[in-house]
Amino acid sequence: MLKDITLGQFFPGTSLVHRLDPRTKLLCVVLYIAALFTAAGWVSYAVVFALLAVAVGISRIGVKALLRGMKPVVVILVFTGALNLFYTQTGTELVHLGFLHITTGGLERAFFMVTRILMLISGTFLLTYTTSPIALTDGLEHLLGPLKLLKVPVHDLAMMMSIALRFIPTLIEETDKIMSAQKARGADFEGGSLLDKARAMVPLMVPLFVSAFRRADELATAMECRCYHGGEGRTRLKQLRFQAADWAVLALFVALLALIVVLKLRFRV
Amino acid sequence: MEPILETKKLCCTYSVGTPFEHRALIDVDFRAYPGEYLGIIGHTGSGKSTLIQHLNALLKPSSGQVLLHGEDIWANAKATRMARFKVGLVFQYPEYQLFEETVYKDIAFGPKNMRLDAREIDRRVHEAAYFAGLTDDQLQKSPFELSGGQKRRVAIAGVIAMGPEVLILDEPTAGLDPVGRESILRNIRQFHDAKNATIIIVSHSMEDMARVADRIVVMNDARIPLQGTPREVFSHAEELRAMGLSVPQITQIFHRLRALGLGVDESVYTLKEAKEALLALKRRD
Repeated sequence: MLKDITLGQFFPGTSLVHRLDPRTKLLCVVLYIAALFTAAGWVSYAVVFALLAVAVGISRIGVKALLRGMKPVVVILVFTGALNLFYTQTGTELVHLGFLHITTGGLERAFFMVTRILMLISGTFLLTYTTSPIALTDGLEHLLGPLKLLKVPVHDLAMMMSIALRFIPTLIEETDKIMSAQKARGADFEGGSLLDKARAMVPLMVPLFVSAFRRADELATAMECRCYHGGEGRTRLKQLRFQAADWAVLALFVALLALIVVLKLRFRV
Repeated sequence: MEPILETKKLCCTYSVGTPFEHRALIDVDFRAYPGEYLGIIGHTGSGKSTLIQHLNALLKPSSGQVLLHGEDIWANAKATRMARFKVGLVFQYPEYQLFEETVYKDIAFGPKNMRLDAREIDRRVHEAAYFAGLTDDQLQKSPFELSGGQKRRVAIAGVIAMGPEVLILDEPTAGLDPVGRESILRNIRQFHDAKNATIIIVSHSMEDMARVADRIVVMNDARIPLQGTPREVFSHAEELRAMGLSVPQITQIFHRLRALGLGVDESVYTLKEAKEALLALKRRD
């Protein structure tokens, strides 16, 4: 049950998308999202979708893996779709069922909203699927570097993030283990009322917290033993360097955003 | 004799239909008899832990059966629940499962889930604490104040308090010092003798197994290639070595002595036997 969580899952690979600098990928995702939210019509959506499709194709991640990650958002998709479908009353009326009216305008709007969410998630998934958590936080730390001037502890935040990501699988495994141990003592995690279920979580949460704190303590000691004292003067094993491909891809995404803006302002499509 | 716990053609496959598909148990026929002290050995990943989690219905077989007193533990919900209570399972490093405010309450968690009345729970907590080697004044302490070894005793008491007919312990002595190991094994032996319970100990320490077990089951690559009395099992030194296991050090010495041409019995596996064998050899000279 717990093993199905795909949060931040990384599929190692050697495709062009995998090899890009994490900073490039992060910036491209930002540009991509901006383009997606600027897109105003069929043509713009088609252009953005084409780019996404090409990126997914190159990454060799497979549509199946992308779609599997969509499961948790199905509710949001249905909700968004339904709201837009029934509350937009423009264009000609297609169906009339009591108090429900479905119009061409509503249909179009619902389609765009659902497509937008799907494409938004696919784009960000493509980022986490092709970039290891370490590379991701590395890139993030570099990109947020300028904030250091404003006394934002960028390095510490990045370090916290990579530690958190690193420990998600460990904690999941631990939860599984403690759950089995308590089940062996007759604990019941499934049945009963909501209150019973909440109460049943105590034998799970207490040991989990205790062990999380213990791990944090041990990790802190291990880091200090290796002279960790924050980001100051710290050098890196893997230096991030922009390659020609990174510049090209960045240029492509800037062009994408520019194109979408022009399409919106001049042609409204 | 009828086995108390038995598996028939038990199979377990993890992550079916994904690239991570893994067969953890293949047609395993396992038997434990009433009152016996059984050891399961095998190296990491051989399927030991998966097997014992099937024995008290924590895992559902992919195929095959698990029988308790000859009845399928998955026949109905009641049978499954009974299996959880009758077959007590102490996990590896069980000290990390403690959660209550006091040791007493933590040991009482299992009996409470069995919906016993307060007096019976009280009796069982005290009895279990005694078998696990805990003192009465420790019962009112917080489990988090205790040392690692004492915490483990609390966790073992928590399972004993459920009054299991079969007690399974996964590496109960892992990470303890020699004195702690001895003392825990002695406590388990006491429980076994007093209640005539069936004990199943999972370990990869041949030395411990040789000392305590009546019978040994060897697991390798999701199967049981060898089982029998320690003497029978240790006579297959070559096969054990091929599985990444070894025979006890004393047995190794006697294998070596025999290879050097001395007429000794190579199935010796306890210190006492070794002494007698060597004295006999001396007399013969």
